[in-house]
Amino acid sequence: MRHLLGIEGWRRDELEAVLDRARSHLPGGPDTTHLLRGKVVANLFFEDSTRTRTSFHMAARGLGAGVLDWSPSGSSTSKGETLLDTARNIEATGPVAIVMRHRSSGAPHLVAKHVRCVVINAGDGTHEHPSQALLDAFTLRQRWGSLDGRTVLIVGDILHSRVARSNLWCLKALGARVIVCGPPTLIPPGLEAMGAEVTHNLDAVLPQADAVMCLRLQLERMGEAFLPSTREYSRLFGLTTAREERMKAGALVMHPGPINRGLELAPAVADGARSVILEQVSNGVAVRRAILEVCTS
Amino acid sequence: MSAPVLFRRGRVIDPRNGVDGVRDVLVRDGKVAEVSDAPLPVPPGAEVVEAAGRWVLPGFIDLHVHLREPGEEGKETVLTGCRAAVAGGFTAVVAMPNTKVVNDSGLVTELVLSRARAANLCHVYPAGAITKGLKGEELAETGELVSAGCVAITDDGRPVMNASLMRRALQYATMFGVPVMVHEEDLTLSAGGAMHEGAVSTRLGLRGIPASAEVAMVARDLVLLEETKGRLHIAHVSCEGSVRLIREAKRRGLFVTAEATPHHVILDDRAVGDYDTHAKMAPPLRADRDVEALREALVDGTIDAIATDHAPHGVLDKQVEFEKGINGIVGLETALGLTLELVNAGLLDAKRAVELLTHGPAKAFGLPGGHLAPGAPADITVVDPLEEWTVDAHRFYSRSRNTPFHGRKQKGRVVQTWVSGRKVYADGQVKESR
Ligand SMILES: [Zn+2]
Repeated sequence: MRHLLGIEGWRRDELEAVLDRARSHLPGGPDTTHLLRGKVVANLFFEDSTRTRTSFHMAARGLGAGVLDWSPSGSSTSKGETLLDTARNIEATGPVAIVMRHRSSGAPHLVAKHVRCVVINAGDGTHEHPSQALLDAFTLRQRWGSLDGRTVLIVGDILHSRVARSNLWCLKALGARVIVCGPPTLIPPGLEAMGAEVTHNLDAVLPQADAVMCLRLQLERMGEAFLPSTREYSRLFGLTTAREERMKAGALVMHPGPINRGLELAPAVADGARSVILEQVSNGVAVRRAILEVCTS
Repeated sequence: MSAPVLFRRGRVIDPRNGVDGVRDVLVRDGKVAEVSDAPLPVPPGAEVVEAAGRWVLPGFIDLHVHLREPGEEGKETVLTGCRAAVAGGFTAVVAMPNTKVVNDSGLVTELVLSRARAANLCHVYPAGAITKGLKGEELAETGELVSAGCVAITDDGRPVMNASLMRRALQYATMFGVPVMVHEEDLTLSAGGAMHEGAVSTRLGLRGIPASAEVAMVARDLVLLEETKGRLHIAHVSCEGSVRLIREAKRRGLFVTAEATPHHVILDDRAVGDYDTHAKMAPPLRADRDVEALREALVDGTIDAIATDHAPHGVLDKQVEFEKGINGIVGLETALGLTLELVNAGLLDAKRAVELLTHGPAKAFGLPGGHLAPGAPADITVVDPLEEWTVDAHRFYSRSRNTPFHGRKQKGRVVQTWVSGRKVYADGQVKESR
């Protein structure tokens, strides 16, 4: 058994093993409902995310596991129960894995140090979102076979994006070149040390990309003056139809969702021929089944 | 009247008086009576401390300690803090005013002093608040605080964000000759931050506190200092930019002093590891380049004192999400060992290290002690520079155990602490006399 706290620290062959397993979990694959039969997977979501929660829920059920869905509303966290108290209470119900989403970076690391079951990070603060990165990589492998020598451009709010960090580790480990692009206020220091190339000029790098991954702009952060306006953001960093035309032939468009239509992505691009956004969603369950399988075995 | 004490043949390092060599030190009536090259005769009834192979030093002085009393006695009390102090070789500590009843009045100052008298272990010098309730709105009564016994004023734990108020605090304090001690942090720059902003915070996805949050305030306060002709002491300097500004201000003759903590000169932001809240402090552990700059500043005198910022917290304050973890670590019982790491690594000479723990802080705040000339208080710390030991937080005298140094190997240890000629710590035991 092994925790999945982040992609950082996983070797290429280990990541590939998960991605290879995911293929057999695609619809129409062999029956896998015996893999976790009689076991329980606890979904511990301190921050709401219908999409990720449902995806993990379906993945666990597909492996035959029971699912304990836990969310903090009306529960003891509001009465001062600490994260560790909650985690230990959940652990006492005997799950084989805790799937955890939390608004604080590092929260799953804290829990993993204090429980005996597997901890799977379903998104922690602005740190990592490993299952998203794996399903993104899976989607790209489906199209390309291999990521070796490919260039992936990640555009948007890198500073606050757990998806960006996980994808950076994952794509680099799988052999891709990664360029990140956004305004300087949303690019944290030290990304080069993590293997990324950094630019603020989308138009300059767009023609090099084999895939463009647009990140969700977190509008709730607008008040903090990271950006003058969404209008200006869209003008500088939005994937418009005009920009799409300048992309490489066959280059793909991705988005982890939910999309601010017309802001990060023009609707026509989101729904266009390059877009693999819906494939990302449908691959999510297969990849999460593989994660549960590999981590608990 | 206590019996005389003779420290025989120890290596006496007394930077203020230019002494570094084997000496005998005779103590009478709580004061240093004689320091001699040649062996001294043992006076009748004297206690003899055989100090060959050991260092006989002025007692250490810590300008920055949180004793938590009144209000948070579960974390520390004046008594337990004094035990930790003498176990760490400190014979005097300056107690920060950010207790749960803030020390912004003579009454609280007197309470702390009366607890210290009852503990009867080391000297406790209270620092009073700059502003009432540390709210940064109105000046506290500096005159009353000083006459009750405060040796400095500070809103430590918080910066004075209002520049005009800070300017007046510096002006007003000139009447009393006490330093204004400042925690430099521009809250608009540090807001929401949990650690140093840099490659590590990026990797961990934690909101960073840029170095400019400190440097900008140091710059502001040095400008105000120059204008007011006041006296400024900058607490826990953490980064290269601050060092550069302080160095330049000293060169121009401003009355500014500064301290650095052992943890800021030993650890960098990588110590956060996998969200270890024991590496969470304000100011945060900085980048390796900042650590380098601090070490240079210790050597060249830009930093005047090593101070621990001893900040006791309970287990529950630290066993939480990193962003929620409370800032600070305990420091009294690890300070010497960490300082000697620099000495043992050849980065700091022994004499300067001792100066940073003794005369440096005494001079910065105008405190008695910090040296061993005849007539000085017999506050003496005896160190075995070769003893190897391992930090064990469970054995701290402090009531709290929050340290990132648990399990760290050290070379060099405090073996005895004497305050006013009385042995208060020896053989690993605090000697109470109440
Ligand atoms: Zn402090």
